[in-house]
Amino acid sequence: MKLTVNKKEYTVEGAALEKRLVDFLRDDLDLTGAKNACDIGACGACTVLVNDQATKICPRYVKELDGASITTIEGMASPDGTLHPLQQAFLDAGAVQCGFCTPGMVLTAHAFLLKHPSPTRDQIRRSIYGNLCRCTGYQQIINAIESAAPFYQQGQQVT
Amino acid sequence: MRLTRTLSGAEASKEVLAYYEEKSMKNWRNDAYAKVTGKAKFTDDLKFANVLHAVPVYSDYVHAELISIQSDAAAKAEGVVRVITAKDIPGSNRHGQIVRDLRILADDRIRYNGDVVAIVVANTREQAMRAAALVTVEARELPVLLDPEKALEPGAILIHEELGTNVINTHKVRRGDVDAGFKQCDLILEQKFETQFVEHAYMETEASVCRERPDGVMEVYGSMQHPFSTRRFVSQFLGVTLADVEVIGTPLGGGFGGKDDTAAIVCARTALAAKLTGRPVKMMYKRIWSMRESYKRHPYRVYYKMGVSKDGIIRAVQTKIIADGGAYCSVTPWVTWRSTVQCCGPYVVENVKCDTVGVYTNNVFTGAMRGFGSPQMNFVVEQMVEMAAEKLGMDPIAFRRKNMVRQGSVTITGQKLDNHAVAMEQVLDAVMKEIKYDEKIAKASHGAKDKDEWYGIGLAMSYRGVSLGAEGVDLCAAIINVQSDGSVLLDVGVHENGQGSESVMMLLLAEELGIDVEHIRYRRSSTSTIPDSGTTVASRGTIMGGGAVKMAAKELKTKIGPVIAPIVGGAPEQLRYEKNEIIGTTGKISFDAAMTEMFRARVFPHGYGLYQAPKVSWDEEHGQGDAYFTWVYGCQAIELTMNKVTGKVKLLNAVAAHDVGRAINPGMVEGQFFGGMAMGIGYALHEEVKMKDGKIVNTNFNTYRIPRSMDLPEMKAIIVENNDATTPTGAKSLGEPTNELMAPAIANALYHATGVRQFVLPMQHGKKKT
Repeated sequence: MKLTVNKKEYTVEGAALEKRLVDFLRDDLDLTGAKNACDIGACGACTVLVNDQATKICPRYVKELDGASITTIEGMASPDGTLHPLQQAFLDAGAVQCGFCTPGMVLTAHAFLLKHPSPTRDQIRRSIYGNLCRCTGYQQIINAIESAAPFYQQGQQVT
Repeated sequence: MRLTRTLSGAEASKEVLAYYEEKSMKNWRNDAYAKVTGKAKFTDDLKFANVLHAVPVYSDYVHAELISIQSDAAAKAEGVVRVITAKDIPGSNRHGQIVRDLRILADDRIRYNGDVVAIVVANTREQAMRAAALVTVEARELPVLLDPEKALEPGAILIHEELGTNVINTHKVRRGDVDAGFKQCDLILEQKFETQFVEHAYMETEASVCRERPDGVMEVYGSMQHPFSTRRFVSQFLGVTLADVEVIGTPLGGGFGGKDDTAAIVCARTALAAKLTGRPVKMMYKRIWSMRESYKRHPYRVYYKMGVSKDGIIRAVQTKIIADGGAYCSVTPWVTWRSTVQCCGPYVVENVKCDTVGVYTNNVFTGAMRGFGSPQMNFVVEQMVEMAAEKLGMDPIAFRRKNMVRQGSVTITGQKLDNHAVAMEQVLDAVMKEIKYDEKIAKASHGAKDKDEWYGIGLAMSYRGVSLGAEGVDLCAAIINVQSDGSVLLDVGVHENGQGSESVMMLLLAEELGIDVEHIRYRRSSTSTIPDSGTTVASRGTIMGGGAVKMAAKELKTKIGPVIAPIVGGAPEQLRYEKNEIIGTTGKISFDAAMTEMFRARVFPHGYGLYQAPKVSWDEEHGQGDAYFTWVYGCQAIELTMNKVTGKVKLLNAVAAHDVGRAINPGMVEGQFFGGMAMGIGYALHEEVKMKDGKIVNTNFNTYRIPRSMDLPEMKAIIVENNDATTPTGAKSLGEPTNELMAPAIANALYHATGVRQFVLPMQHGKKKT
């Protein structure tokens, strides 16, 4: 089957089809930004975009995703290393502490802002409900998402 | 960087802030780019060729004498390379920072349900997990002790027979004469409080990768907040010297005090597996193992008696504190010591009798967690003062003002608070003003029968001794190694736990040398390159590490001065370090060129700094002493509503003020506020490790509920800065103070909303009949 990851197409065969997507990304493609933290889809650390939908992939298997387009955190910045405005907003707002939830949090926020470029603060708070963070109390994460919204309002296509 | 050492204190801090804002660096940290792009390599992200995977094996027992472990079937299972039990340990299997009662692999008994009996090592993690299920344990069940007060009764079975008692430790405070004190009282209140087991819930579970280097040194990568303690566990477990083990710094996915003993144990097991197989081995904990095995916050039972006279003075306090230490000692004596020293909150009390006991049980063991014995006591004290004030017919805030510590006050352990700014009232005023407390408390519902939704506001305040205090040896080292092109390598003995300590050390050094922070690289930390600087716990990172950086910079300048002064004019000690230049009386030279000159002159620009905390004292017999070298002051308030029908609590708005001494990286300081408050809210309302017959039943995030975004209110941080004269940088502590006030603030707010007091954590608000 075919799988597109960060705009690159892969043909996946054999044992890899039986893997969880999170393990496939981490072990086979060395894209370790998606983390394993609960194994049951409760914490959001493994979140990536599947066809632009923020998806917790620890309970998802590769074979279920034929033809899907995956965006991981490694696919967010420009190839020259320039951060995506949302990533930059996380830095500028002090939204990063230990960083373990950060990739999933950024991707969840990205999918949300693509659909809701002019959110209220409450909507932002609601949008990251499925992603746990133990360090920040979410306050600066919400600030970051709020400050990145104007970029999405310009209708920029990203990644 | 336009900062120089001539600026100090609050002035420098404003300058730092302006500088960051100009450069969009208010929240600067050296590791943020890697973390936001997924490039940061946490332990499980590290890859080594030929790596094996190890998993722990548990038994179903809670308390049992171990007879045998049958591992033949597991050893023969597909992909299995080795099954390891206690018999395979080349070194010592007795570990612990205070009492060496902890077994890394069970050898004589199973003392709690999280004890590990074996390690299975296989080619893949799945193979190891499948084989682990084939290991069987034969054991003789022993009576199970789950109640700490029953464990203290005569005739109770001893959990560690060799110790002859189930008492881990006792502490006390004796001040004045409580009997005489209570006689002066017009009102005496007695109340029992109970708190729960709490999980740290760091997002990254325990993990380690170990490999033996060709020279025989065991290289340890792992998720831990105490590399030096980990090294001690590993070396003793393997029976090798400290120099034979190198623990290498790896990004840490959260610690909160929890990545100490358990993290070290996981590293030690992994190292043994690497040693016995001769291959790199990785052990990555599943959440359910982490929550089953890792130590928790201590549950407390506190019997509290407070006596007040009608003029509103606390005349006497008598308290008995019982802490459930679980199966192993860990740092229970230190945690309970802080509870003892701070058992009256930030209040001056002339007559105090406090007795604290830490107790062994067959519950999961308990140890360090952010707050370290203070969240429990603040939950008690900050309600007791309000209860007493109300009974006297006094305003609880006025009551606090009457009794709180002020400049020159003497604490309940006899320490005079005169070497730093006692900012108790300053933070209280700041919070009350910001949240408009006086205006809003008048609107509290007090359980009014005609309302469906009750409103309340509450606050709590505390003081807290900084760093380890008389608990431990408190020193820290830093090494500055400047290269011939002016680039700088910095190494400090504190650990990056995610809080941003590396960034703070770099900012301090940039300020000291007058260079842009971009010139500095923080060395990947290793236990082999710097002296053992203790643990990055007790909110001591900035204060101790910062002190060491400052001392190292001072030493470096004693080397730079004599070489560069002749070039730029003036005396060596009068050179100014500003804007990437070194400036003398007749000229100046760029920092980079100056360093080239240093190498030409064969004087290496290398600075070593050691910072030792000021002296503290403790008299265990009388429970008196100068417990901590300085103190921090904090106050937090929260507004909430509670639905009378559903019992649902909605948090509306929270404000905190903490005196941090000096905010070196203000964005990260705010992050500590919000994170600590959030964890405090979880402690108050949601979190509890639930046990059934000694086994933890909620071992993942679907059943153990840490705060999610929607559970939290908007939060406001007020940074109060009183440059502290006792510390080289003026900075003090913040990580833990932020975590110790939300439970009592919420309890007080709920009381003002409902008229019902909260004596048990987590609060049973929804289940209470109203």
